[in-house]
Amino acid sequence: MGFLTLFRGAVKSDVKRLPAGTFTMDSRGRVVSSTVPHSVSAGQVRDIGQHVLAIFKGARNAQVPLYELVFNYGVIKITAREMRGGAIVFLSPRPSGQAPDAETN
Amino acid sequence: MEGQQKILLLDDDETMLELYQQLLQELPSHPEVQTSTSGARAISLLDAEPFTLLITDLRMPKMDGLQVLSIVRRKFPHLRIVVLTALVDEEFRSRAYAQGVELFWQKPANGEEMQFFKDCIESLLDREYRQESGFRGMQSKSLVDLLQLECLSGGSSSLRITQGSLEGRIWMQNGDIIDAATGDLKGEKAFCEILSWRGGHFEILPPEANHPRLIAESPQALLLNTAQTIDEEKGDPHSTETEVLRKTSPLAALGRFEGVEFVLAIPLDEREPASSWGGENVEQLGGWARDSWRRMRQIGELLHAGDLSQMHGLGLQRHIALTGHAQKGLLCAGFRRVTPSATVEQTMKQMFAKWAS
Repeated sequence: MGFLTLFRGAVKSDVKRLPAGTFTMDSRGRVVSSTVPHSVSAGQVRDIGQHVLAIFKGARNAQVPLYELVFNYGVIKITAREMRGGAIVFLSPRPSGQAPDAETN
Repeated sequence: MEGQQKILLLDDDETMLELYQQLLQELPSHPEVQTSTSGARAISLLDAEPFTLLITDLRMPKMDGLQVLSIVRRKFPHLRIVVLTALVDEEFRSRAYAQGVELFWQKPANGEEMQFFKDCIESLLDREYRQESGFRGMQSKSLVDLLQLECLSGGSSSLRITQGSLEGRIWMQNGDIIDAATGDLKGEKAFCEILSWRGGHFEILPPEANHPRLIAESPQALLLNTAQTIDEEKGDPHSTETEVLRKTSPLAALGRFEGVEFVLAIPLDEREPASSWGGENVEQLGGWARDSWRRMRQIGELLHAGDLSQMHGLGLQRHIALTGHAQKGLLCAGFRRVTPSATVEQTMKQMFAKWAS
């Protein structure tokens, strides 16, 4: 057992699992339900939702009302659908090898 | 009665339904008026037989008016819809118009308002009748204006254009120009020939199902190329139509991609104005694009999600896509609403590559 204990420390790593899950926001910017793992804090989930709601609202004000938003990041895709002034937001990691190919800032 | 207009009234209040049914049956066109007290039944009725017009309340139990609107708009894109509600709310009004309703009416409170309402409904029915017969009074519009309007509305129709003894046809399908013909010419050559006519008359006729597609280019690119060709043939490089279409914007080349309605290049520095091809409301849209991009980059950092490469939004009127470049700023493009999400994403990548280079 001592031998195994010697290597136990080397197994630990800093690799974090990418968040995957869904949450819903009401029209007042409150999180109603969430399946997002605890690695993303409640405050971060709320921030994401509130930014998404602000973008939907901004689009309406700019006279381009939208019912769905898709954000492509290097390793995550966020999809948001408008629901009666609120929104349902999906966080999904991109499958490895499916990185976006545009060179961006 | 054949050719009789049919109205479907949807309201959870049966007394209101009876009252409006009676009033609308007295219109000069004597429409047939059916009623429904629930959204589900209204959709079943629409499935079962064609209606000219749906008049719906917004506040109803189970399935509310906005839900009905979104289903009806998707399933019956050509149905005319009027909202008639006691609910006076700007947000509901804008959401209803975003769903493509023809009119948003507050329930009439007196005889005068009721008369206005009846006149409006009669006018809508009359317009629908005239359209089916192949007439639409737009004599003050040029043929290019008309084509652009038809493309924007995403409709299907065939146009008959006459100039003296010459006759031409242009076929449109879901907002795309798919074919043209005049004399022995077909496709793009025929389209170019028809647009070179200086005057004449046109009629909009019902679409022809299964008409073959001989023109593959997007409507904007086709109109631009045609205007250039006509000008070159006439040796007139400064014609008004070319000026309107071309606007000599370096972004025009990006507007030739399939489905693109407009393109904006937005500098990251807010003091610098955005440049646009085919865009409206540029300042407000540019502000929204900058704000959205900044917000979602913050989210990317928060989640350690990597760079934000692209965002796009789907709308009932049009889709919008946005991508960024470290030096050049943001590229924003509007796409026709019939463009699939995956096509928007892929096309935006190609546009970005061209723009960045």
